[in-house]
Parts: sequence; structure tokens; C-alpha cells
Amino acid sequence: MKRAEKVAVVLFAVFCLFSVSAVQAGETLDAVKTRGYVSVGVNGGLFGFGMPDEKGVWRGLDVDTGRAVAAAVFGDAEKVKFVTLTTQTRFTALQSKEIDVLCRNATRTLTRETDLGLNFVTVNYYDGQGFLVPKKLGVKSAKELSGASVCTLPGTTTEQNVGDYFRANNMTLKPVVIEQNTELNQAFFAGRCDCLTSDASQLAGIRAVAPNPDDYVILPEIISKEPLAPVVRHGDEQWRDIVDFCVLAMIAAEDMGITSKNVEEMLASKDPNIQRFLGVTPGNGKALGLDEKWAYNIVKQVGNYGEVFERNVGEKTKLGIKRGLNAQWRDGGLMYSPPFK
Amino acid sequence: MAEDLSAGNDASASEAVPFWHDPAKRGMAFQAAFLILVLTMGYVLFTITRGNLERQSIATGFDFLTREAGFEIGESLIAYSAANTYARALVVGILNTLKVAVIGIVMTVVLGGLVGVARLSANWLLARLAAAYIEVLQNIPILLQLFFWYAIFREVLPSPRQTMNPIAGVYFNNRGFFFPVPKHDPAHEMMAAAFVAAWVAGLFLRRWARRRQDLTGRTFPGWTCSVLLLLLFPFGVWLAFGAPSAMEIPQLKGFNFEGGLSISPEFGALLLGLVLYTSAFVAEIVRAGIQAVSHGQTEAAMSIGLRPSLVLSLIVLPQALRVIIPPLTSQMLNLTKNSSLAVAIGYPDVVSVVNTTINQTGQAIEGVLMIMTVYLVLSLATSAFMNWYNKKMALVER
Repeated sequence: MKRAEKVAVVLFAVFCLFSVSAVQAGETLDAVKTRGYVSVGVNGGLFGFGMPDEKGVWRGLDVDTGRAVAAAVFGDAEKVKFVTLTTQTRFTALQSKEIDVLCRNATRTLTRETDLGLNFVTVNYYDGQGFLVPKKLGVKSAKELSGASVCTLPGTTTEQNVGDYFRANNMTLKPVVIEQNTELNQAFFAGRCDCLTSDASQLAGIRAVAPNPDDYVILPEIISKEPLAPVVRHGDEQWRDIVDFCVLAMIAAEDMGITSKNVEEMLASKDPNIQRFLGVTPGNGKALGLDEKWAYNIVKQVGNYGEVFERNVGEKTKLGIKRGLNAQWRDGGLMYSPPFK
Repeated sequence: MAEDLSAGNDASASEAVPFWHDPAKRGMAFQAAFLILVLTMGYVLFTITRGNLERQSIATGFDFLTREAGFEIGESLIAYSAANTYARALVVGILNTLKVAVIGIVMTVVLGGLVGVARLSANWLLARLAAAYIEVLQNIPILLQLFFWYAIFREVLPSPRQTMNPIAGVYFNNRGFFFPVPKHDPAHEMMAAAFVAAWVAGLFLRRWARRRQDLTGRTFPGWTCSVLLLLLFPFGVWLAFGAPSAMEIPQLKGFNFEGGLSISPEFGALLLGLVLYTSAFVAEIVRAGIQAVSHGQTEAAMSIGLRPSLVLSLIVLPQALRVIIPPLTSQMLNLTKNSSLAVAIGYPDVVSVVNTTINQTGQAIEGVLMIMTVYLVLSLATSAFMNWYNKKMALVER
């Protein structure tokens, strides 16, 4: 009986641990501060959005969004840990509190907000699904793709979008769904598929790593809306506001003409909006539960949205993506920030 | 368990012994306690999970199965389109898994048997080749082999527009292997019926031959005749229907070939990888089984004048099979389970389909449960069948 008792005691202890850790629901901000860094879920293999460079330093638009949160919370953009997640593990990792915020080119959809118990904050990249085809195929429009073999990554809205588009246009397709990016790209470059479908930003990245990028062309049709946004869990409104305004602060900074270069001079600005934004006039920080310098730290250490965009995916990078929908509202884009007051 | 209990309960004087000193009752108490523990653990995990999911307002349940799936599947044994439900998509995935598992198991047993026998061959070169085959394929991870074969298929084969055309009507290209099939004709159903009839006839023929041999000692080539029946019956029906020989030949339409029988590179690579890998293990099992039959048995059989083919079929194989079947079963299960690696090379098996389902619905727990159930049922069914076969083959002790 003794051994059984021991086993029972051990198992009971395990249960207690389990239930305690499951029931505990501390404020995310407190947990992050105690831990000393922000845990950010990122892609890990997507050039321009989340990928370590050859020196092992994380680069990308999503990565910089995670850094902005760290800069706001700790005043130090490097107090952040990046967790590489697949399309399949990303939401589960967030739900199970393995990460604090998910910045991994995730599309905001109704069912993800509701069924998954998640909150998407302000969009940090407006994307859309497109098609990459070899030039020698002679295809000029996605409408000519009926009967084509289509290489697709699983685990996103991609498969459904392409299914919807082909059905709506009375076309048939043969999907080839391969889990790993590299294996999928190789299959496409070897001619296993007639076209590859994914978000246009990813297509630019895949084209950039092709054996000969000039042999491939992105078709003009964009068949879906993909508003990519950082994600947090339901149920912690304070944390949600913090992450939301970190994205908005980068957008607002660009709108007000504040860059990482001129932010010091801007501290002396007479504009009350800029004074409030940079914490010269206090209030915003306290409202969010952060240091009054939070927005200053974001701009100083990470940059405004325009800087982050140009540095990671802009026209001077390998991706060469134009601002398009991601331009400021006054330039015909969708980036628009509410007032910081 | 029941046997252990009854074995411990044979002491006739057990009435005077307090129950905690009675090994049988004590054992029962332990088992009851353990069962309660396991059930409690399951219940606690279940409630915690459900509580957490509810708190995070994550949807649960299997309602999503009746919703429209909205994604296409590359290959399917039944009619399927994006407008069908998740449940039907799941069935498509299960059938695809079954397809590769069943074909794979048959090919593995045949190939493994041949290599295993070759390994024991007196021919030096043949034996060494078989040994090399086993050592190389057994010791490379299956996932790498799958990547290798898939890469070979897509890099070596040309595009559909420059397709290989080894025989008229047969096309090999990087979209798959395309073969002509006979155009559908009412004769085909009748031929299938004739095949079944021939099979039943063969069964009776062999039974009759056996009884006659038991009674009179005269032999009859029952197996040869059965095979002939299987060939001749359908052929006769085919002739009777005026020998319909119209073929459906694959044709390049737009981007891909359509019509005829097609084998996709994903299926081909997965099947090849699984069969080559598992057959190396099966070969060793077969070799061990044959070597387990003592040489004296063979000598004794030959000394009473049996031909070598009869020595194999009457003496060696029945005894070797007893040793072969149990480990062979576990290799069959391995092959089925390894087929889940299909996701890596894009074959739409049940794991691939459920992965997509999970991503679209976000209901990971339900999805993973479904995958586990499917493999559990497949494995248990295979085991049950092989246990039945093993019992049938086991030495009847007198």
C-alpha cells in the first residue's frame, strides 16, 4: 500500500500545481514586469517580417513591433524575447500564456476574434493574397489559372481564400499543400506547381530568394483582404490598450513628423500634441499604466512606422514593397491614428 | 489480469486469512485504486481544460464538422469540392491515409519477403545486395528518405508541356504519372462479378482437392487451377460482351493532364519512401523467421522425398510464419503511423486535412483528438486482423 500512497500523493501534488497554474490570472503587465522581458511570438522564417539576420539579430516589421512594446514597458527595446511559432502553434501559444503578444503576420478575422478568444489590435500591415507565376507560363491574369496546380502553405486563411476565388470564378484547381516554407518554395521553383499563392508581401520575399527572381512575376489580382495585426488574449484590457497604442504611437509619430533622428529636438516643440505625445506634458503614460516617456522611447529606440517599414520591407530592401495601402492617410493609405490625448 | 487473480486464489484455506494478506484480494484493491486514480486524473484534466477554454471564450465541440470546409484537397477517392463540409473533408483525408497504408502494406510484405529470402540466398552477390539494401534503408530516417524521393520526382521529371511519353498513352511528368484506363463499360461490373465467382469456385475446388488427397492420396493442382479460373472467368465475360477495348487516354488540358489513372508525385514519393523503409525491417523479420526453423526439419522433409517447393510450403513456411507474424504486425502499424509524415511532402492525408481544419476553425483539441482516434482505430483493426491470422497460423498443439 505504501508505494500506492506515495504515487497518489505525487499525483495529487501534480494536480494541485496544474490547477493553480491554470486558475492564476494575473495582469499581463505585472507578469511581464516581474519577468523582466516581453515574450513575443514571431514567424522566424519570413524575411522582412520576422527572421534573424546572418549575425543572429532579429529583423522585421513584426519584430520591431514587439520591440516597441518592450520600449514602452521597460524603456529598453531589447528587453524582449522572440519565440518562433508556426502557423499552427501561434494562437495556442498565446492562449496558453506562453507569449504575451503575437506579432506574426496574423490576419484579423471574425472567427479568430470570437472562437479563439483573441483580440487583434491596430493593423500594422495591410496585405492581400496574390499569385506568383513563372514568366514562361505566359499567364497575365489570375482568371487564366483554371485547372492549375497551386502550391499553398497550410494553416492560414490562404487555402480558403484560393478555394473561394476559384469557386467564385468557376475555375478548378489542384492544391499542393506543403507544411514547410522551404520545401514548398523548392517544389514551386522545380515546376511542381503552376503558381504559388500567399500574401503578396510573402510572395515578394519568396521571389527574392528564387534562383532567378526575374523569371517570376506577381499577378495583378489581389484576391483577399489580409489586415495583419498583433494579437493579445481576451480578458486583459489594460494590456490590450498598451499593445494597441504601441502600434498607434509609431503611426502617430510618422504623422507628426517625429523620427528617431529628430525626436530629441521635438522634445522642445511648442506643439501641444507633440508635447503630450512625447510625455513632456504628462498624462498618457499614467493612463496606460506606463512611464510617461513610453512613446518617446518607442520612437527613439525603434523609430516611427515609416522608418520601420522602409527599413524592413520598403523599396530599398530586397522585398522592394511600395507603401500602397500602408501609407499614411494623407498619402492615400490606411494608416491613421486617433489623437493621443 | 483475470488469470492472475484466479491463480492467486487457489488456496483452499483462504477463509481464515484477513483480506490484506490475501494476494488476490489485495491485487484487486490495488487495481481498483489505480483505476479510480486514472479516472480522476482524466476527469480533472478534462474539467481544467474545459474551464480554461470557457474562460478564454474558445469554441468547443464538434459542431464545425457540419460547416462548409471552403478549401480544396489535391487528390480524393470520393467526389469532393470546397463546398462540402469539414466532415466530408475528413473522410477524404482518412481514405487517402487508408489508400497509402493498404497499398503500402501489400507492397512492403511482398518486397520485404523477397529481400528477406534473397538475404539467405546461396548466391553470394544476391545475398550481399540484399544485406546492403537492408543496412542502408533501415538506418536512414524515414523523413529524409521522403524528402529525397520527393526531390527526385520533382527535379528529374519534366514539366507537363515537355512530358515524357515512354509508351503511347502513358505520360510521366512533374505533375504525376498518367496511365490510360479502359473507358467505363457495363462489361466491367460483370467482369468484377465473374472475378468474385471465380474466387468462390477456386475456394471450393481447393477444398475438394484437399478432401480427395486426404482420402486417396492423389494430388490435384488446386492453386494453379484457381489462378487460371481467376483469369479466365473475367476474360470470358469480356469476350462475351464483344471485347470493349475503348481506352480513356490522359490528355494535356490547360495546365495539367486530365483523364485516365494518375499517381501524384506526392503519393508516389510517400509510397516509395514508406515501402522501401519498412520492407528493410520486414526483410530482417522474414530472414529471422526462416532461420528460426531448425535445419533438421528441412533435412527430415527432404529425406521423405518432398520436392524443395513442398519443403518450403509444407514444412518451413508454416513454422516460420509463427515467428514472422507478430513482429510483422508491428511493422504494418509502423507503416500506417509513419504515413502521417505525408504533411512534409504535401500528400493530403488525414493529418494534413485536419491541420487545415484546425487552422480554419481554431479547434485544436478536437482536431488532434480526431487524428488520434483515426490512427488508434486503424492500428487496433490491423492488430485484430493480424491476431486472428496469427491464431490461425499458430501451431496447433495436441
